[in-house]
Amino acid sequence: MTAPSSGLPRVSLADCRADFPILTQLARGGKPLVYLDSAATTQKPRVVIEAIERYYTEQNANVHRAIHVLAERATEAYENARTRVAKFIGAPNERTIIYTRGTTESINLIARAWGDCEVSAGDEILITEMEHHSNLVPWQMLARRRNATLKYVPVTPSGELDMDALHTLLTPRVKLVAVAHASNVLGTINPVREIAKAAHAVGAKVLLDAAQSVPHFAVNVQELDCDFLAFSGHKMCAPTGIGILYGRESLLEAMEPFHGGGEMINKVSLDSSTWAELPHKFEAGTPNISGAVGLGAAIEYLEAIGIDAIDACEQELTVYALEQLQTVPGLMIHGTARERVGAISFSLDCAHPHDVAHFLDQDGIAIRAGHMCAQPLMKRRGVPALSRISLYFYNTRDEIDRAVKSLKRVQEFFSRATR
Amino acid sequence: MQLDDVYQEIILDHYKHPRHSRIIVEDEALINEENPTCGDHIKLNARLENGRIADVEIDCQGCAICSASASMMAERVVGQSVDEVLAFSGALIEMMRGGAVLPESDLGDLAALSGVRQYPLRVKCATMPWHAIESAIKTLQK
Repeated sequence: MTAPSSGLPRVSLADCRADFPILTQLARGGKPLVYLDSAATTQKPRVVIEAIERYYTEQNANVHRAIHVLAERATEAYENARTRVAKFIGAPNERTIIYTRGTTESINLIARAWGDCEVSAGDEILITEMEHHSNLVPWQMLARRRNATLKYVPVTPSGELDMDALHTLLTPRVKLVAVAHASNVLGTINPVREIAKAAHAVGAKVLLDAAQSVPHFAVNVQELDCDFLAFSGHKMCAPTGIGILYGRESLLEAMEPFHGGGEMINKVSLDSSTWAELPHKFEAGTPNISGAVGLGAAIEYLEAIGIDAIDACEQELTVYALEQLQTVPGLMIHGTARERVGAISFSLDCAHPHDVAHFLDQDGIAIRAGHMCAQPLMKRRGVPALSRISLYFYNTRDEIDRAVKSLKRVQEFFSRATR
Repeated sequence: MQLDDVYQEIILDHYKHPRHSRIIVEDEALINEENPTCGDHIKLNARLENGRIADVEIDCQGCAICSASASMMAERVVGQSVDEVLAFSGALIEMMRGGAVLPESDLGDLAALSGVRQYPLRVKCATMPWHAIESAIKTLQK
């Protein structure tokens, strides 16, 4: 298990809670809303909502096209946000930062634009058993298109990658290792620096699904030495429909475009076209400008709090939540890695996750129940579905206490009902 | 506890003691009805005789609502004609989706499921077994 909570300083960012208008409402039965589903999507602070409103009331125009004052403002806002993203994840420059709709589109972009050129018959793609469907299905599709083989690194009972197996599976046939930086189900933070080093030693590229890491702790793409990194804005206080693909510049340069259309071209004739410079080569069509502006505002907000302060706060809340959950009779936690984030999945021995989530909803508590977009992982753990609470810095110990109290009542209700 | 409208005694009874319940191997099931959004899985076998449901076997991996609905379904349809089952199933699914409420005399134990109508995200839990029996009839009549 994780270190005892007494070993961690108490870090509270409870003041930040007031920044999130949605969290002040009452849920079912007039009870205060307890939102414990931030791994699915986080709530949005007022500054982000206002930035989007300001964009549409003062700046809206298409980017990189017209010569007028609004176009200038829109383009500036859109590109300033890109600069902020680049700095936030330690990217060397803005050319390596591509706007997408989210993690899923970022990964599909690589599977198509990189994979279709670089992966051939007989090659292998190595992923893990703990991947979200978004970092699994695109590789299945690529493997089928290219007659390649998809292999999986097994997950241990504690919810960690079997690193011995990973090293055995890493042969020169492997062209790409695609792995979650942090698991949305088990919470495990994977040793991605070690994985990148091992992958590069056999000539494979590395893609990190950073959807559950970038929102929660400091991530530096150059320190991690990954080739590609994908994440979503909506899991870090930004709106839905905006995400990021970081790519090593030399790889992005060599790649063909993903989508064709406006914005991504240099010169178009009836016979052929040439491509725009990075990053625009990968941004066909009018982009989600307000989303990018919202993402920029979200990062500015997170930086003002401090990503390390967010990390410390969440670590402390996670340790507390793990301790408290273990006081619920019949509750089993799935994922007990030492290095972890605050996505905590569990099962109750006599209640189905749906019934658990329904019960907690009656108490105003929002949690997730289901397969969490990780069906192969559910199968591996021998469960049809799990319940999950997931934390963000705006959560409090009091909310965890309320969830635990509610869970004890669920357990009592169903153990009596099904005795 | 405010859950009386959904988790009534009769539902918990069917959940605890599902009728016509057997362990069925996935490959040997006539119908595998799955809910891709939550992972619930109903395996069902059925036998027709002279246009009537002669027997039903169910293996349900699901929540209390889904399991209870499956148990009530099995209890109800055995002995009924295919036409009766299809007509009732259609009306029940319609009712669960917010359509006309069937008279309690028609519903029997199933009246206990009407509380689920207030929770749009749970309606699929209650209707899944009925989709499974409809698929079974279609398959058997081919």
